[in-house]
Amino acid sequence: MDFISILSIFVLACFVGYYVVWSVTPALHTPLMAVTNAISSVIIVGALIAAAEAGSPAAKWLGLAGVVLASINIFGGFAVTERMLAMYKKKEK
Amino acid sequence: MLTKILPASLASPAALWASPALAASDSASTTSPWVALAYLVAGVFFILALRGLSSPATSRTGNRFGMAGMLIAIVTTLVTHSVASLAEIGIAIAIGGLIGFLIARRIAMTAMPELVAAFHSLVGLAAVLVGWAAYLNPGAFGLLEGDAIGAVSKVEMGLGIAIGAITFSGSVIAFAKLSGRMSGAPILLPARHVINLGTLAAIIGLTAMFAMTTGPEETLPLIVGLTVLAFAIGFLLIIPIGGADMPVVVSMLNSYSGWAAAAMGFTLGNTAMIITGALVGSSGAILSYIMCRAMNRSFLSVIAGGFGADDSAAGGGEAREQRPYKQGSADDAAFMLEQAEKVIVIPGYGMAVAQAQHALREMTDILEEKGVEVKFAIHPVAGRMPGHMNVLLAEANVPYDKVFELEDINSEFSQADVAFIIGANDVVNPAAKTDKSSPIYGMPVFDVGAAKQVFFIKRSMGGVGYAGVDNDVFYMDQTMMLLSDAKKMVEEIVKALD
Repeated sequence: MDFISILSIFVLACFVGYYVVWSVTPALHTPLMAVTNAISSVIIVGALIAAAEAGSPAAKWLGLAGVVLASINIFGGFAVTERMLAMYKKKEK
Repeated sequence: MLTKILPASLASPAALWASPALAASDSASTTSPWVALAYLVAGVFFILALRGLSSPATSRTGNRFGMAGMLIAIVTTLVTHSVASLAEIGIAIAIGGLIGFLIARRIAMTAMPELVAAFHSLVGLAAVLVGWAAYLNPGAFGLLEGDAIGAVSKVEMGLGIAIGAITFSGSVIAFAKLSGRMSGAPILLPARHVINLGTLAAIIGLTAMFAMTTGPEETLPLIVGLTVLAFAIGFLLIIPIGGADMPVVVSMLNSYSGWAAAAMGFTLGNTAMIITGALVGSSGAILSYIMCRAMNRSFLSVIAGGFGADDSAAGGGEAREQRPYKQGSADDAAFMLEQAEKVIVIPGYGMAVAQAQHALREMTDILEEKGVEVKFAIHPVAGRMPGHMNVLLAEANVPYDKVFELEDINSEFSQADVAFIIGANDVVNPAAKTDKSSPIYGMPVFDVGAAKQVFFIKRSMGGVGYAGVDNDVFYMDQTMMLLSDAKKMVEEIVKALD
């Protein structure tokens, strides 16, 4: 993809992010941080490419280390978000 | 296009690099439209994940969308690359996943801020590792123009590494401060603004030089210097910021972790990463803004640091005047709570420290059975991170439709019989409205003075909030001070109510 296409996606996504995040209820701001943390670990894509491709052993090991770190975040982030969200209940009656 | 062989003379540093003969051709992700589409779907799922958080009722579906998006991104990557080491990757995911899962299961809800800070540091470090891997094996990432990395790619790579490193070291300090492994007091270096601005300028300069030079031997010292300085600036930026400002710092680092992912997304031309980075970046920025507004502080003054540094000088220097206040017992409080029609509870971080939330919920349950209307009022900066108090109340089974934000409930204090303050202080201090010299002047606060009766649970008359200022609410006619440990006091009230 050329730089301008990528930049367009980025700028539009910033606007989407702006409006979506303002619509998040303040009561869920902590789960919001936990889940944004989990999804920002999509950086694992880069780590996987480095770990998968042949060519540079150093890059491969850096990639594998990145996969471990990002996995901690992905599993930990989604799991802790799920745990928190499960606690939010309406009054039972 | 990879026919040029590196000169053999570049033995030592070049050994790190991919040998051009082995390097893969341009990454598949830049060619097939289906692959690009899959990453786009992942990105859209991440948008839906955040969209779900607009209400607790839809939030869990949102979280599932997030998981699905992540799965799509990971599978797409693995399927479209010639994976030479699937077993190793599987082990790496299993190790990381297990650690993450166990931490998520065991962490106490009071410790959420430090957990989030720790997780941010991992995203930051992962970004640094990916940036370095892309530098060492550009062919795998489809970054080669001829036999060198393109200048634009190098700028993106340099920025990604720098933001990632800042996120990492900044989050490590935030984690240490939040978890009490390091004093929350600001550490002020002399001439820190000069040092920080100089380091930032050096990072930008190195990135520019890195983009303009070619050849392993020339670029290696630049990228090493860039990485080291970025780690240093993350550390330097956070150590002068005091404990009271940590909610802003955690939100800010949240934002940085997003920008790091976005920068890497630019490098790799990956839509999922760019969308996510933009979402997370805006999310953290908005949360920082909300926190700053709730404290009436400008973002720059938080970043400049030093807030809370002169607390001891202001509080300890002058003897505070002794003013008369009324002290009550649990029995007095229980009696008056029973008589009330409407009670508004204002919980603060002190409640969480005392682990009083479960006893508090018990107390409000009894009151509701007796026909008293109970509402919870939450200030945006209650707790140690945005929304922290809501999670703590949810954990104690307080229904979320009884919990209200500052602007939604502040007008109701005039109809309330009792304002019940537990573990909060600065957020009810009227000095924020009246005293221009007060450090908290301008901060939005609860109008507890409008309530007929105020109960203030506090350990002793000595300690005064984060901001270190006296609170006129203590001395109001309708205020009764309940001086005790929060949990003990609430348990006694529960006993007296039975």
